Amino acid sequence: MTVKEQCENVKRMSGTDVRKCMKCGKCSGRCPAFHEMDIKPHQFVSLLAQGRIEELLKSEAIWSCLSCMACVERCPRAVAPAAVIEAVRDTVIRAQGANGMKAEDIPPMVDELIPQQLLMSAYRKYNK
Amino acid sequence: MQRIGVFICWCGSNIAATVDVERVADAVKKDQGVVYSATYQYMCSENGQQLIKNAIKEHSLTGIVVGSCSPRMHEATFRKTAEAAGLNSYMVEIANIREHCSWIHKDREEATEKAIILVRTAIAKVNLNAPLSAGESPVIKRALVIGGGIAGIQAALDIAEAGFEVDIVEKNATIGGRMAQIDKTFPTLDCSACILTPKMVDCAQNEKIDILSYSEVEEVKGFVGNFSVKIKRKARFVDEKKCTGCKLCMEKCPSKKGLDEFNMKLNKRPAIYIPFAQAIPNVAVIDPEQCIKLKTGKCGLCQKVCGAGAIDYTQKDEYIERGYGAIVVATGFKPIELNAFNEFGYSENQDVITSLELERIMNAAGPTNGVLLRPSDGEHPKVITFIQCVGSRDTSGCGKPYCSKICCMYTAKHAMLIREKYPDTEVHVFYIDVRTPGKNYDEFFRRAVEQYGVDYIKGMVGKVYNENGKLMVQGSNLIDNEQVLIESDLVVLAAAIEPEPSVRKIATLLTASIDTNNFLTESHAKLRPVESPTAGVYLAGVCQGPKDIPETVSQASACAAKVIGLLVKDKLKTNPCVASANETMCNGCSQCASVCPYGAITYVEKELRVDGKTELRRIASVNPAVCQGCGACTVTCPSGAMDLKGFSSKQIMSEVEEICKR
Repeated sequence: MTVKEQCENVKRMSGTDVRKCMKCGKCSGRCPAFHEMDIKPHQFVSLLAQGRIEELLKSEAIWSCLSCMACVERCPRAVAPAAVIEAVRDTVIRAQGANGMKAEDIPPMVDELIPQQLLMSAYRKYNK
Repeated sequence: MQRIGVFICWCGSNIAATVDVERVADAVKKDQGVVYSATYQYMCSENGQQLIKNAIKEHSLTGIVVGSCSPRMHEATFRKTAEAAGLNSYMVEIANIREHCSWIHKDREEATEKAIILVRTAIAKVNLNAPLSAGESPVIKRALVIGGGIAGIQAALDIAEAGFEVDIVEKNATIGGRMAQIDKTFPTLDCSACILTPKMVDCAQNEKIDILSYSEVEEVKGFVGNFSVKIKRKARFVDEKKCTGCKLCMEKCPSKKGLDEFNMKLNKRPAIYIPFAQAIPNVAVIDPEQCIKLKTGKCGLCQKVCGAGAIDYTQKDEYIERGYGAIVVATGFKPIELNAFNEFGYSENQDVITSLELERIMNAAGPTNGVLLRPSDGEHPKVITFIQCVGSRDTSGCGKPYCSKICCMYTAKHAMLIREKYPDTEVHVFYIDVRTPGKNYDEFFRRAVEQYGVDYIKGMVGKVYNENGKLMVQGSNLIDNEQVLIESDLVVLAAAIEPEPSVRKIATLLTASIDTNNFLTESHAKLRPVESPTAGVYLAGVCQGPKDIPETVSQASACAAKVIGLLVKDKLKTNPCVASANETMCNGCSQCASVCPYGAITYVEKELRVDGKTELRRIASVNPAVCQGCGACTVTCPSGAMDLKGFSSKQIMSEVEEICKR
């Protein structure tokens, strides 16, 4: 896959239009894991918009992001940084050829109040 | 048989770059009725119009089609051109090959095909057009201004200056609006009240101006030059003519639980009150929710102490009806509610305030007499953090998608005034962008940074929380790629502004168009910026879009110029494209009258000869002075008796047929 294709893929998976971002930094202003992340939430959006996917794929932040969705909740432009991080994380795991999660594991753990993305990202992180 | 001329405009490259104009002119040359066709670079120019005039005379044209921009742009221009050459102006049809064609298509071939069809459609219509002549209607030489803020005040003063009578209808107990609440104005830092209150007094003293305070518009009938408006004068329980504004009642009133709206509810006020010291009219009003007498029947203290005998607990809402030639809407704005922004903790922390609240705290006549004290404990705040764009430029659904335009400047003003008055105070401002277009505006903002040392941080705040009585402001510093935490004593939110909600009702009453953000729509952003598409209705101030005081005053004066231009006329030409009923087909079912938004249709009993017999029939009758030609009746009429002059069913169908021929 070329870099451009990888970018498009991550954008598609995240369902987020990174061009909507107006660089206010509210996502990073709210992020509770900010100090643990080598690449900050707002930089995920910005780097993806610039096509700099390779830096994102190498980042340690995809494992320190809590998927708490605070950034998604706070964004005034309906951009979802956590969804971008999740998409990058997913891309890395898929490239490793392992998902670590079985379909039958899901139903008993689903709580309707928990964002589904949080469950998914948690499974991925803990099974990496 | 018509003799039709077709004129295709290039509009420079606007049309010609996408549409092969020569091919269009060529294609329609042999169409029914067409005897002449030509193209020109700018048909609306002097030379272009001359070309049309010459062709009308040389070829004895009976109708013309202009393929150009939208009829909203130049239909009036070309109608005048035709009339100057002796052709009835209603024999002109516009084919919109710019907005509806060249601007929205890329493929030249397809766009040209479409342009040909659009021009043919107009030709088909002109073939069925008949000359129409406009009637006349009188103009009532009086204007109505809805809203008594700076926009309404300026418009009223300018209209009165020209010698016309003006009524200001203001829903609050005093005129003055938001500007009266503001402490200082940017970029000159002059005192808001000092420049506003003399204008308020001018309004009160002007013989031509009638201030109807504590009143609301309830019903609007009629049309440009001839509006009839029903106004509700809400019961204030105080006789406006008798009250001297001595304020004795305010002192004696035992109910002091009402929240002072003028001071943004930061302090309490009595149940009977005058909103602020320079109120116009300087007359008290009773808040029926707080008044003990009105609620329980006991008390009546204010009546006992009033030397003027002005208190009247039995007062009821009254309705008056007046006629106006023109209406100016100047309903203003309010800051948005901040319930959806719990990240800033506005509702939990007394010391998280809005900028308008700070405005009152800084004002000498405000709740703290102008001393900067924080609401929770009355202490001087040492660290103040401003957050801009709270709810502005927000497409998440919590706020407003637009830029509120005034916040960057007033935040710089507040920061500067605080640093000037209290130099030991630390002031931070979180911003996304600082927007300061305007004369002396950027210089003003730079002064806050360079001269007063205000700390501007590029980034947004993610959360504000209370920790041991300190407001912890956590945000981004994007330039340094850091997350910062500022321990603050006071947090000021630059809340987005939105149109005053009552504007929706006003828009409905006036059939004036309004956008998804509740801003009234202007007729044309550049060419008719102060006119509503509804004739005779003009827009001033924030009801049309976010703007500051200098812009509002300019717009209000522009409105006044438009109103004066209308009121100096004795008569207006009416639109001849009105509905009329075919008497023999009308069955008197009343459906047209029930859909008519202007109340133009009544019914008459008329004797008609049908099949050799005389019958008494109930028939629809349209008042051509009231009808606006909307066509609602023509599509409702079950028997097809109703038709619109200039837009008859036959004409419309011929256009549809032409489109379908493809």
